Amino acid sequence: MSEPLIEMFNITYAYPGAPRPVFQDFNFQLLPGNHLGLIGPNGCGKTTMLHLIMGLLRPQAGIIKIFGEEVKTEKDYVQVRQKVGLLFQNADDQLFCPTVIEDVAFGPLNQGKTTVEAIEIARATMARLGLNGFEDRVTYKLSGGEKKLVSLATVLAMEPQLLLLDEPTTGLDEATRHRLIHILQDLEIAYMIVSHERDFLNHTVKQCCHVHKDCCQPEAHQPEGNEG
Amino acid sequence: MSIQEPFSEGASLAHRLDPRGKIVVAALFSVLVAVAKTYEVALGGLVLALVFLALARLPLGKVVVRLLAVNSFIFFLWIVLPFTYPGTEVWRWGPLGATREGLIFTGLITLKSNAIIIALMALIATVPIVTLGQAIHDLKLPDKLCHLLLFTYRYIYVFEDEYRRLLQAMKIRGFIARTNLHTYRSYAYLAAMLLVRSLDRAERVFQAMLCRGFHGTFYSLKTFTWQRRDGIFLGASLLALLVLLCLEVLKPTLLRGPI
Repeated sequence: MSEPLIEMFNITYAYPGAPRPVFQDFNFQLLPGNHLGLIGPNGCGKTTMLHLIMGLLRPQAGIIKIFGEEVKTEKDYVQVRQKVGLLFQNADDQLFCPTVIEDVAFGPLNQGKTTVEAIEIARATMARLGLNGFEDRVTYKLSGGEKKLVSLATVLAMEPQLLLLDEPTTGLDEATRHRLIHILQDLEIAYMIVSHERDFLNHTVKQCCHVHKDCCQPEAHQPEGNEG
Repeated sequence: MSIQEPFSEGASLAHRLDPRGKIVVAALFSVLVAVAKTYEVALGGLVLALVFLALARLPLGKVVVRLLAVNSFIFFLWIVLPFTYPGTEVWRWGPLGATREGLIFTGLITLKSNAIIIALMALIATVPIVTLGQAIHDLKLPDKLCHLLLFTYRYIYVFEDEYRRLLQAMKIRGFIARTNLHTYRSYAYLAAMLLVRSLDRAERVFQAMLCRGFHGTFYSLKTFTWQRRDGIFLGASLLALLVLLCLEVLKPTLLRGPI
């Protein structure tokens, strides 16, 4: 097996002004092809962990390696963000362009694609997620479920090698939830999902981990993942 | 959604014109009419504005309502200006005297404001804000201006939503707005909470943009196509504005306002 996608060694992180650190000597590893669910009570650090991986937060101590390379500076993280996608909990935070096509093309354009290429990628990604005909829709006028799927399209358009999803099912109706499950099942890349919804995780990941202060502990009972 | 753009939808000629041409004409028109000092130019501007309005075929009722809103401010000018402007007195009421110059001046302001508002309604309000942002980007106006406009527009709905939710949360706990300290304090909390939340949101939006590789540059996908009718509109409008400019510069007037 090739090297881990993510390695976190002895990470310590405390929010400014917080009495106790979220993580203390935290260790974690994600292997290629893994589909992992992150669970745990509110405030245990699930989102913090994702933000540490993306470099939105910086650990006070410890080493983070992504794709085998240590990341430290903003420059390193700029590289990381080209290959790792993060789906925010709130789609309104993610969608900021006037129209859907512009939002989906935003990432590819940042990657240096030409306008024509970016539009092509955006259209293809949207088609993959069943979002044909959404190109010129205005982002704020979408429904909650549509916003979530478009957000996912904006992340997938960058063709990430690893996808992080922060409570993707919040506020979704049954139909959209099913669509999301199918989309994730068809993905060929590794992903980690933060979620409180056991049923959703059962359908999308092979393994669930409890996030603790010092480690991510695999659950004793494994959900019967559909991907074996 | 209470914030709407009722004038931006339509199929009239003014709606179909290239927004860039309309922005240029509206900007030049506004500046020219705003600095005009003669009734000829103000009236000419009003006529031109009405022509634009006719091109846009906006619902007249709504146009009148908006004009009334603007003129409610101008009403205060009518209360104050004629009585405070120095000049020959034409009418006296108790200790107050209205001057001829004051009346002429206030009339000029009224005419000019209405002309500009009508022109903006016909030319700018007929462009959806999103397109407006893209058009000013295309006109090579500063990026910051364009992004400020688009981001404000994008998130004003989110804030409105947040405001409503907070207000509802207050109401279901029995809050009724009265004239007392409790009410003022609660509203202050509401405003402060909105501010804090928008700051938080700005932070998260920026993080989400960073995650998608944002490095300070925006790219616009929108392309506008300049057609013959846009050229005709721009040419005719510029010609009309030129006539107004000549009127303003060359022609002395009988009814010249002071200053």
